[in-house]
Amino acid sequence: MSILVIGEHDNAALRPSTLNVVTAAKALGSDIDVLIAGSDCQGAADEAATIAGITRVLKADDAALSDGLAENMAPLVQSLAENYSHVLAPATTYGKNLLPRAAAILDVQQISDISGIESEDTFVRPIYAGNAMATVRSNDALKLITVRTTSFEAAEFGGAAPVEDVSGGTNAQLSTFAGEELTRSERPELTTADIIVSGGRGMQSSENFAMLETLADKLGAAVGASRAAVDAGYVPNDYQVGQTGKVVAPDVYIAVGISGAIQHLAGMKDSKIIVAINKDEEAPIFQVADYGWVTDLFEAIPQLEASLGADAS
Amino acid sequence: MKVLVPIKRVIDANIKVRVKADNSGVELNNVKMAMNPFCEIAVEEAIRMREAGSADEVIVVAVGPSQSQETLRTGLAMGADRAILIETDPIPEPLAIAKLLKAVAEKEDPGMIILGKQAIDGDNNQTGQMLAGLLNWSIGSFVSKLSVEGSTVKVTREVDGGLENIDLAAPAVITVDLRLNEPRYASLPNIMKAKKKPLDTHTPEELGIDVSPRLEVLQVLEPPGRTAGVRVNSADELVEKLRNEAKVI
Ligand SMILES: Cc1cc2nc3c(=O)[nH]c(=O)nc-3n(C[C@H](O)[C@H](O)[C@H](O)COP(=O)(O)OP(=O)(O)OC[C@H]3O[C@@H](n4cnc5c(N)ncnc54)[C@H](O)[C@@H]3O)c2cc1C
Repeated sequence: MSILVIGEHDNAALRPSTLNVVTAAKALGSDIDVLIAGSDCQGAADEAATIAGITRVLKADDAALSDGLAENMAPLVQSLAENYSHVLAPATTYGKNLLPRAAAILDVQQISDISGIESEDTFVRPIYAGNAMATVRSNDALKLITVRTTSFEAAEFGGAAPVEDVSGGTNAQLSTFAGEELTRSERPELTTADIIVSGGRGMQSSENFAMLETLADKLGAAVGASRAAVDAGYVPNDYQVGQTGKVVAPDVYIAVGISGAIQHLAGMKDSKIIVAINKDEEAPIFQVADYGWVTDLFEAIPQLEASLGADAS
Repeated sequence: MKVLVPIKRVIDANIKVRVKADNSGVELNNVKMAMNPFCEIAVEEAIRMREAGSADEVIVVAVGPSQSQETLRTGLAMGADRAILIETDPIPEPLAIAKLLKAVAEKEDPGMIILGKQAIDGDNNQTGQMLAGLLNWSIGSFVSKLSVEGSTVKVTREVDGGLENIDLAAPAVITVDLRLNEPRYASLPNIMKAKKKPLDTHTPEELGIDVSPRLEVLQVLEPPGRTAGVRVNSADELVEKLRNEAKVI
């Protein structure tokens, strides 16, 4: 088995998703290369080289690769793939955008969003918003796989793998990056946070959402949201947790004014502890909550803050 | 410009799916089926483009069993002009669907193909990206904003870090996210009218595409369940439990 992990990064630094994918790769074999494709991506490549247990970092540094455009990236993945038995990418928007294109031009049926590895060709993945778990065997010689990051621990640092340059950046001239509006926050990243405070339609406005942010800061938590809260414009799209948003699995997920629709549960039901704060005692969220508090959130949040402050640990 | 909109028939999003007792899949018998919600958004966007004058024909395409005709009729009732069914049962894997759609695209020569970003049954999130790869077209995936300016398609994509803007050279494949638009309901007169709109049926054999599966589903299981825990009645009680019982804060 030799495995290529497509590293996710912003040229300067690695994204944590790469570490979870490396752990998945280790369940398949020990010969693991990490591809860092970008532009001026030495920083990310150097960081990747320190992941413990990998063989090499392949650095493809080319202006055409600077923004991770799938049209320019997929041919590179295609040209490298022949050296490997498996190509893995994170099931993040980056990996979901890129890998199917590479799979199609390689004539491989990709396996999406795996949460478990049974053997070199057999994988477990959630279907129907996680309401069923399918075990699938791939009959393709080469396997292209996206990995559900919350299902695999992050790999450790402490290695010193060599960085080798590879060529292969070509501009397909099909698309051009035209800017981004990234949500900047000092808070932990949603997908890797230990604690998440998440708000739903019950928050009623973006001003009220600020209450949750104060609570989150007290807990050192990330802030998430339901689709209804994002659709209503209380918070940006990247806060959305669920079947079609982010999948999270923190130590504790505090759902405030969220009813618990299946599509929302799909994104958070692997959390270790779930807390529900909702004034409707029939809300489905209580069926999955370890601790349920039937109350008005506008009273509960200030009280919670006070309790946290009173005997700060 | 012609716009092609591939759509899929899936279990209705409001139905709680059940795993079959023999663990071979999920129960599809006597279950309400509907158009995949993301596909509705794709159809809506194409119709709006035609209404705004940037498209002149909207063609809905389904790959699946003959019952997919109902889904196509729904698309026609929303406002699509005609429909194509590639009849095959069961519904093939995304790669085979993408190959079938490529064959349709080569025949129809659309200026844009708009699809849902994922189907809520398999949750694969592959078909649009694969189709773009096979056609060697540009791809705008997870799109929440779309405009056509000459031969450039400007899209805003929902990505993990926020939003990203990309300019695509036409022809382009677009996969849509939830916030692109709010799909309309078909009115009764339009449902009646849709019955008379053209619906052509083809088969994978006619198109020369091998749809045999590459993946074998060995079993389908219920996910590990969660059970409801305890109720708390005050902030102090909750904080105490999180600190000392669960030890998570
Ligand atoms: C294809 C598809 C994909 C989807 N993907 C996602 C997804 O990824 N993520 C997602 O979250 N949803 C998703 N949804 C939407 C999902 O079905 C629900 O509509 C959504 O999760 C509801 O959000 P909510 O719980 O905030 O709102 P609601 O269901 O309206 O619930 C609001 C809750 O707040 C409570 N509340 C109101 N006021 C107060 C108060 N003062 N104090 C305490 N409690 C209060 C109410 O009792 C209620 O339970 C998807 C839907 C579809 C069809």
